[in-house]
Amino acid sequence: MAASLLSQAMKRCSAHTCAAVAVRRALSSGAATPSVYTRFLLKLSHYFYDVENILDWNNWLRSQGVIHKNRLFGYAQKNFGNNVAAAYYILTLRGSFRFAGQSEWFRPDSRGRFSYDFMSTPDAKIEEVDLSGTLINHNGLENLVKQNKLQTLSLRGCPEVDDWFLARLHVFGESLVELDLSHCSRITVGGLAALQNLRKLERLDISGLPRLQNPGLVRILLEEMLPLCQVSGAEYEQGLIQPDSQEQTEGHHEASTHTGLRHL
Amino acid sequence: MWRKLFTSVPAFRALKAPCRSFKSSSRGAEKDFFKDLDAQLRAFRDKAAAAMPGSDWSPIELTPGLPPERADVVIVGGGVVGWSIAYWLKMKARVRDGLRVLVVEKDPTYSQASTVLSCGGIRQQFSLKENIMLSLFSAHFMKNINNHLCVVNEDPVDLQFNHSGYLFLASEKSAHIMEENYRTQRYVGAKVALLSPSQLKERFPWMNTEGVALASLGLENEGWFDPWSLLNALRRKAVSMGVYQCFGEVTGFKCAANLAETTDGEVLNVQRIKYVNVRMPNSLEYQPVECAVVVNAAGANSGKIASMLGIGLGPKESVSGVPLPVEPRKRFVYVVHCPDGPGLDTPFLIDYSGVYCRREGLGGNYITGMSPEETEEPDISNLDVDHEFFQEKVWHRLAHRIPAFEQLKVSNAWAGFYDYNTFDQNGIIGLHPLVPNMYFATGFSGHGLQQSPAVGLAVAELILDGGYKTIDLSALDLKRILLQEPILESNIV
Repeated sequence: MAASLLSQAMKRCSAHTCAAVAVRRALSSGAATPSVYTRFLLKLSHYFYDVENILDWNNWLRSQGVIHKNRLFGYAQKNFGNNVAAAYYILTLRGSFRFAGQSEWFRPDSRGRFSYDFMSTPDAKIEEVDLSGTLINHNGLENLVKQNKLQTLSLRGCPEVDDWFLARLHVFGESLVELDLSHCSRITVGGLAALQNLRKLERLDISGLPRLQNPGLVRILLEEMLPLCQVSGAEYEQGLIQPDSQEQTEGHHEASTHTGLRHL
Repeated sequence: MWRKLFTSVPAFRALKAPCRSFKSSSRGAEKDFFKDLDAQLRAFRDKAAAAMPGSDWSPIELTPGLPPERADVVIVGGGVVGWSIAYWLKMKARVRDGLRVLVVEKDPTYSQASTVLSCGGIRQQFSLKENIMLSLFSAHFMKNINNHLCVVNEDPVDLQFNHSGYLFLASEKSAHIMEENYRTQRYVGAKVALLSPSQLKERFPWMNTEGVALASLGLENEGWFDPWSLLNALRRKAVSMGVYQCFGEVTGFKCAANLAETTDGEVLNVQRIKYVNVRMPNSLEYQPVECAVVVNAAGANSGKIASMLGIGLGPKESVSGVPLPVEPRKRFVYVVHCPDGPGLDTPFLIDYSGVYCRREGLGGNYITGMSPEETEEPDISNLDVDHEFFQEKVWHRLAHRIPAFEQLKVSNAWAGFYDYNTFDQNGIIGLHPLVPNMYFATGFSGHGLQQSPAVGLAVAELILDGGYKTIDLSALDLKRILLQEPILESNIV
């Protein structure tokens, strides 16, 4: 009886969670729609616990991959210093950076290979970092916390950057001038509130954040919170309810409350 | 049962009998006959399907929602602490049915539960290092909550965490305590910064810094979140791992008593719980659940559960005369609307006068409240809100600290219970000497939510491993109540 109730509950959730899980995986893999194979697996997983376990292991393996990429580079830190370790970490993630006092950027090539020239200047601190599209998360930031001269940080399209990552950015409060958070799908207003510790911030990009319901309002609040900062990526009209589309938004609101109730 | 299948047929016959008039009525009767036939056939088909194997119909009428007759661990209280303990017990016992855990909750609507009525804040700015470690662990748990609590084919957990941090203000008298606490917090690993009044004024221009000597701001792992999401996430994951959930009230225990002699020669009655009596809602029916271990995570009602075992009902000088010092204390939370109030950078502000305030949402709403004086504790028989308290005690202190709040409107208010530890306002975790199989995890006095994941792991380690492995909480053990050694926190809200 418990099993039949559980299967009923699963079938009830299956309709929208199937879409939710498929969309989440599609977003992380970067494809527009999930492939036939993925959809077939999802459909099978509603009927067989084995397939469900296989999908679970897949997700676990992927998360283990992210954890491995963001491990602490303690050996490099101890033997070569914090700057070299941070540089090595950024390059293994396929990001690029520029040292303070130098003008050339250190980048990996398309295959992910890079030269080890950064080891020749162990005292140079990193000034600009471009980590767009990498798998950096809040644990990986441990490798970068000692870079107190960091001025530019670009996190465009990083799938693992979330609010907890933003909360850890306070270590760069004295130096960070430019921050690009566009297209990071996990960021919400709660994380943006943590940016209050970055007092020297001058340029902030918050375009393409799907979880912000009122981008215009958030832009106003951010500009009020950080007086020196120019916020780009959100227009003031975004998120405002227009008078002619009132009925459409009401219908939308009803649909969203229905799904909310189903969650309970 | 077969009689029930054919009761429809005599009813149909009875319908046909009174219609004795001619023509039109007989045609009407024929129409009724076909309509009824359709309904009767459908009913017959349903009953036949119920009779076939694979359906859940049974001729024996069982009360729905009864707990199992025996369980290994019974957790009394289905709040966030109880479900956290259930989750960690199942996580540590890796085998699927290795441990049968039952969580008993009195109220399925959680209408009076402290968990859901809480403001939902988490902070590391305590003075006791155990408290700091507990909430640091809980923050790390929430950081990786989807690795811990995600269930396949369900939505990922969203706690709606706001990372605005806590801001404590200290007057001249208590500035040295704040500095001492700051040192302890940094030593344990919390990221806190001290601010002078001028730095405070520059950072938060909407604040009136008169009377403030020092302020401490949490930079990381501090803020507030949605307690209902955490509770549901823990519950969903625990149920998916096989924890039994029962909605009923624990009305008594059946124990086996033994006599034990203390070193002073006093003879004590040591009770080992054998059965927990769980009474069904709105009924007198109860199920005795045979169990090995009971966990008291009943929050504000923990004192009542303890008194069912006779703790506190013995002679005053003996161990059995010391009651569990946990009682419900009512606290009010007011939702105010102020359009010109502080913006997105509002932290969870806690003034030295005891008043607290935090932002709620983006629409200029704030949540505020204050702990009343010891002598003016409100009545705990109900959860009615006293609006006079806001007008007389809270508002002027709030407006003094944040001048924009002189113009505000109270839009909503609610009240909730603290499981207040009258002894020293810190959690009580551990065994009682008189009841060797009841573990206590209660008395957190308003910090239960923020410490719940860590407390759950600690109690699971106590039960399954016999001692603490991750965080050493021996300082919070129950025996400090019996030895009369309080460990006090320097700032309480």
